[in-house]
Amino acid sequence: MEPLTWTGGLGTVLDPILYAVMGVFIIAVLAQIVLSIISSGDRVVTNPDGTLSSAGGLYGMSSMATRWIGIALVGILLVYLVVGALGGTSTAGIVGGMSRQLLPVWIALILTYVLSIKFKRKLGLYGKLFDSTVGMIGFGLVMFWIFAGVMAGVFDLIITHDTLSQVSGMKNKLPGTPLFGAEEGEYDWYLLGGDNLARDVFSRLFKGAWVVVQIAPLATLFAFMVGITLGLPAGYYGGRLDTILSFLANLILAFPVILLFYLLVTPEIVATGIPNYMATVLFVFPLVFLGVLLNSRYYTQPSFRTPLLIVVLGIMGWIYLSLISSPGSKVSILPEFLDLFEIPAGILVVFVSVVFVNAPTVFRIVRGLALDIKTRDYVAAAQTRGEGPWYIMLWEILPNARGPLIVDFCLRIGYTTILLGTLGFFGLGLESESPDWGTTINTGRQLIRAYIHPLLPPALSLMTLVLGLNLLADGLREESLKD
Amino acid sequence: MGLFILRRLGVMLLTAICLTFLVFFLTNLYPNLEKLAKTQGNFRMSDEAVASWLGDRGYVDNTFVKYGRWLGVAPGWVNEDEDGAVTGQCFAPDTPEDERRTFCGIIQGDWGYSLVFKDEVSNIVAIRLAATGKLMGFVLLVMVPLSLIVGVLAGMREGSGLDRSLSTFSIATTATPEYVSGVVFIALLASSKFGLSPLLADWGWIEGKTLFSGSATKAIEDATFANFTLPVLTIALYGMGYIARMTRASMTEVMTAQYIRTARLKGVSFGNIVMKHALRNALIAPFTVIMLQIPWLLNGVVIVETLFNYKGFGWLLVQAASNNDIELLLAVSVVSVVVVLITQLISDIGYVFLNPRIRIS
Repeated sequence: MEPLTWTGGLGTVLDPILYAVMGVFIIAVLAQIVLSIISSGDRVVTNPDGTLSSAGGLYGMSSMATRWIGIALVGILLVYLVVGALGGTSTAGIVGGMSRQLLPVWIALILTYVLSIKFKRKLGLYGKLFDSTVGMIGFGLVMFWIFAGVMAGVFDLIITHDTLSQVSGMKNKLPGTPLFGAEEGEYDWYLLGGDNLARDVFSRLFKGAWVVVQIAPLATLFAFMVGITLGLPAGYYGGRLDTILSFLANLILAFPVILLFYLLVTPEIVATGIPNYMATVLFVFPLVFLGVLLNSRYYTQPSFRTPLLIVVLGIMGWIYLSLISSPGSKVSILPEFLDLFEIPAGILVVFVSVVFVNAPTVFRIVRGLALDIKTRDYVAAAQTRGEGPWYIMLWEILPNARGPLIVDFCLRIGYTTILLGTLGFFGLGLESESPDWGTTINTGRQLIRAYIHPLLPPALSLMTLVLGLNLLADGLREESLKD
Repeated sequence: MGLFILRRLGVMLLTAICLTFLVFFLTNLYPNLEKLAKTQGNFRMSDEAVASWLGDRGYVDNTFVKYGRWLGVAPGWVNEDEDGAVTGQCFAPDTPEDERRTFCGIIQGDWGYSLVFKDEVSNIVAIRLAATGKLMGFVLLVMVPLSLIVGVLAGMREGSGLDRSLSTFSIATTATPEYVSGVVFIALLASSKFGLSPLLADWGWIEGKTLFSGSATKAIEDATFANFTLPVLTIALYGMGYIARMTRASMTEVMTAQYIRTARLKGVSFGNIVMKHALRNALIAPFTVIMLQIPWLLNGVVIVETLFNYKGFGWLLVQAASNNDIELLLAVSVVSVVVVLITQLISDIGYVFLNPRIRIS
């Protein structure tokens, strides 16, 4: 079989057009930038907020041109994806093959967008996101990776080959190489080539997305639980509690992150069980948070509160115990038949260190917000009503701090993704055959001068995911400031 | 002001002591010591041999005592074996009895001995720190002016095409960690097989095989444009986006201020408004951000020095941590913690000086 080209038969027609449009687009953007410095439009427009700005003229023309050429560019790229998804490798080469494999993701994305835009007025802040272009682009990028990660990780949909099996003759092969000795029912190509152990780069990329999509949001969520549970009382009560907690937070923040990782993640430290003990402490915070949250709300109705707390805390406690205890490690409380799931030791350590590094920053943000909000009138009103301090913190202050917290949550998932990649880059925590992006970049960089194809896909994927999260946060911030 | 600085210095000292104690505790856990004994002695040592090797060198004492010794407030260990030969922490084996020192810790200026590099810790750290200082100097030289220019240009006309392109650019840079941009740079600019270099070499525009060098090992003695550009650019790019966005936010805020409107109504030209009226006020906030960004650069330095094989402070940190070289690791953490705390202090003090509306009483 012939090796695939990047764009196949479609490319012979479309590639020259794409290059031409791309060139024109770059020229248009540069022209717009230059014109925006040297000239302004020839008429004056009043903006809705009462400010004046200029429009029309050369600058107006250039910005109009940029917009339309940009739309044309996106359109051409869409043609590649659509034709590829329909025709597969035979019409559109590697791009087509990938687009075909990603078909379930495209369907899920289109469904999400159609439904969300249709009902956007009923969906609160989430719906408002679809009023902002930046937010929509960011949301699209993030959802692409979430769908891709879930479908590849849970349903085995996207991947073409097993991520660990090595095929002889496929070592370091370029993208589009036909599978050496492919059998019936096997996918015929290594779409993005083979890595230095002759494994399929394309499949590993999406299996790796699953690792990232699993750990990063969860770790961020745990960091938020810790930060909120400690930050609210620190800001609300102030005084000595605040001084001590702030000092501890600054202590962790003053520590170079990489040194901390090296100290926590080495096998010798793992053998002492310190990460397990840290997990025991850190993972208790969601329990505390939920318990206090429900108790402070319903303690006036004990007949409802008590069963609710028993059920919720019982389930959470069980999950908590199965999370922290694993047979053979230092913390092994739960007998094996009660243990719901097994977290690989490497992942647990990575998880703990990422939560530990992120929690102090969240603490500082929450504390600052609490300090600000506790002077508001509705807090004074609640105090006058005789509400308890925890009710005020969790049901008066926290909901009113949600805007900045949601924005920071998005940014922080991105930052956590970068941290995970850093851990992988230094070969800490996760096993060396783990398909996650950081580890892949680490193994790929040994051969960086000879082969870049195993290295660039995870690098660019990480970039797009973090970029998506940043854009999403920007969109959310913009929309939440509007009301 | 004096009292404020004094109090901050006190907190700094406390933080430094707490953090070094933490590092000390983690590096002195028994599995770590066992590994140390085996790498220094031999790998086939029995458990008893390991215990006695560690015992002879004062490693199994109480952690607080050991920490006190490292600080120089507790007397160093002295050991006398069966033959009557005396070994000690603070003196060479053949020192006469009356010349033996009791204390040797960082208070006495004794940073210890690196077991991996076989040299005084203070020497190693000084050399590597100088190398990283050079890298950081160039990074700041590139990063600060560029990010301020990008931020000011984006912020002076909010919502314009220039603003949108520059803002997208700065978001993209914050989303690109060093290990991604470094890899992409090497692939595009420093590889003889891919990217620009083969093209340029074909056209005869560059002399060697590649445009830039993918390794910065030689840059320690002799930094050239070819071998130092990529590491500097990689670090600068990641740090840039954040500062640029802060500058932009500060600039847009200043541009909507009343006094700018007044200047505009008086008929001052746009260039003059930006340069003479807005710029100075807009640069107060970025100053704090730049100072606080320096500790973050340390992360980038570690990654970039590993990626480009530049043997500086970050490389030293990785070496010390992966070999559990206790005294070297402690010195490294002291230096990095001090850098973090001093930049925080400078940013606080600088903010007070730059912004006359804030007074610390």
